[in-house]
Amino acid sequence: MAYSNKVLDHYNNPRNVGSLDKNKANVGTGMVGAPECGDVMKLQIEVNEQSGIIEEAKFKTFGCGSAIASSSLATEWLKGKTVDQALHIKNTDIVNELSLPPVKIHCSVLAEDAIKAAINDYKKKQGTRSESAVAQ
Amino acid sequence: MKLPIYFDNHATTRVDPRVVEAMLPYFGEHFGNAASRNHSFGWEAEEAVEKARKQIAELVGATSKEIVFTSGATESNNLAIKGVAEMYAERGNHIITAATEHKAVLDTCKRLEKEGYRVTYLPVQGNGLVDLDMLREAITDKTILVTVMYANNEIGVLQPIAEIGKICKEKGVLFHTDGVQAVGKVPVNVVKDGIDLMSITAHKIYGPKGVGALYVRRKSPRVQLTAQMDGGGHERGMRSGTLNVPGIVGLGEACAICNREMAEESKRLQGMRDYLRKKLETELDEVFINGTMEHHLPHNLNMSFAYVEGESLLMGINDIAVSSGSACTSATLEPSYVLKALGVGDDLAHTSIRFGLGRFNTQEEVEYVANRMIETVRKLRELSPLYEMAKEGVDLSKVQWAAH
Repeated sequence: MAYSNKVLDHYNNPRNVGSLDKNKANVGTGMVGAPECGDVMKLQIEVNEQSGIIEEAKFKTFGCGSAIASSSLATEWLKGKTVDQALHIKNTDIVNELSLPPVKIHCSVLAEDAIKAAINDYKKKQGTRSESAVAQ
Repeated sequence: MKLPIYFDNHATTRVDPRVVEAMLPYFGEHFGNAASRNHSFGWEAEEAVEKARKQIAELVGATSKEIVFTSGATESNNLAIKGVAEMYAERGNHIITAATEHKAVLDTCKRLEKEGYRVTYLPVQGNGLVDLDMLREAITDKTILVTVMYANNEIGVLQPIAEIGKICKEKGVLFHTDGVQAVGKVPVNVVKDGIDLMSITAHKIYGPKGVGALYVRRKSPRVQLTAQMDGGGHERGMRSGTLNVPGIVGLGEACAICNREMAEESKRLQGMRDYLRKKLETELDEVFINGTMEHHLPHNLNMSFAYVEGESLLMGINDIAVSSGSACTSATLEPSYVLKALGVGDDLAHTSIRFGLGRFNTQEEVEYVANRMIETVRKLRELSPLYEMAKEGVDLSKVQWAAH
């Protein structure tokens, strides 16, 4: 199967590889997929709590080239967006940008799930924190 | 050294120039039909076919008359299994095979099941080998055929063929083996191994595609087959169809070369294979061999590179041709059923790579492949959340994965 140039570019030069401190209150972590299925994505965002803007995004992915490219692209798109804007990133946007073939649409779905999971995690942390602040 | 490098010699092999040379006249001046009995064109073709028959027979310890030409191993497997099932239907309806067989055997058996035959699919042990006691117990008075491959095309393990042959003889059951990956690579002898039927193909032994053979024993016992193709009654009625003379000449020459050079060639390939294995095991942690190395083809290596998905690995070594057991590289999107049968978890099956060395590979290429593999695995592990977790001491089998 031939890969699109954009997939190859992300595979060869993945953007924003790495990990953020998952214990920080303003870091949201999403991990989706399973080793048995052949792909696991970990996506993290660091949010400026004042502005709600995602200032840093990192990923690590176990999976095929398209999965790596999808998550790499997702981190690029996340940076600079507000959390609410980020929720509007759709898997179809990733499919179009990377020209993914039908058998690889699954990879883009996983990337969208990872974004949502990271944002959920961030929101959950913020929620707990404001609750505990109220309790004090 | 020329790129890309071909390390996928279980899939197919390059035709040896000596084989091409031998074939060429049979496209040109000797173009006759081997079944033309009344002119020299036919006689020349027939002579060439009989020479090839002898070359094949010599490589596997058979006699010429026991070689039936086919279009390849898929046809040979179909002819052997369906032909025996039909011919011996009155004697019984039970066939025994193994879970790690090639699809040409498994799907043939499945077809027969639909027609009312009973098939036992023997599981294999963790090392990839059939359990002989289990085989013995599976044979009933209704069993007519046991079909177990000589060498596995993915993991390269050699089944205990001579022992299986002995058990079949004791029990009076016919024994077929898919010899595609073993013939020409390791010594195969149908007499010593107690084989009654054996499938062979040319393109795995540096011959052309589209031609193969089926060995059919003529004495003790004399094996009979119901033809699966109706027509002119070629090949003593077992396989109708005008013989592919150039192809057959190529198969014969390929066998003759293997017969002369196998001992030396397998030693050379094994040396390179062992070097590759050692280098990968020394430079990389958490790599696992699939299938026992004790009973193994000299030119095969199947390894799992934990925490690195196979297709992404292939993408990183795109100037090297190898295969992966990863789901993403298969048409069915399922990881290798062979590795599954060995009890290799899906997580590791996704990370497996099959190296198949061949006649035209060099030590320089092995060096290059090893270095590219090491570099790519390291790079992808940097990217792998699983490797990071494993290094942090997380037990991945205990993690609640958000499977999708």
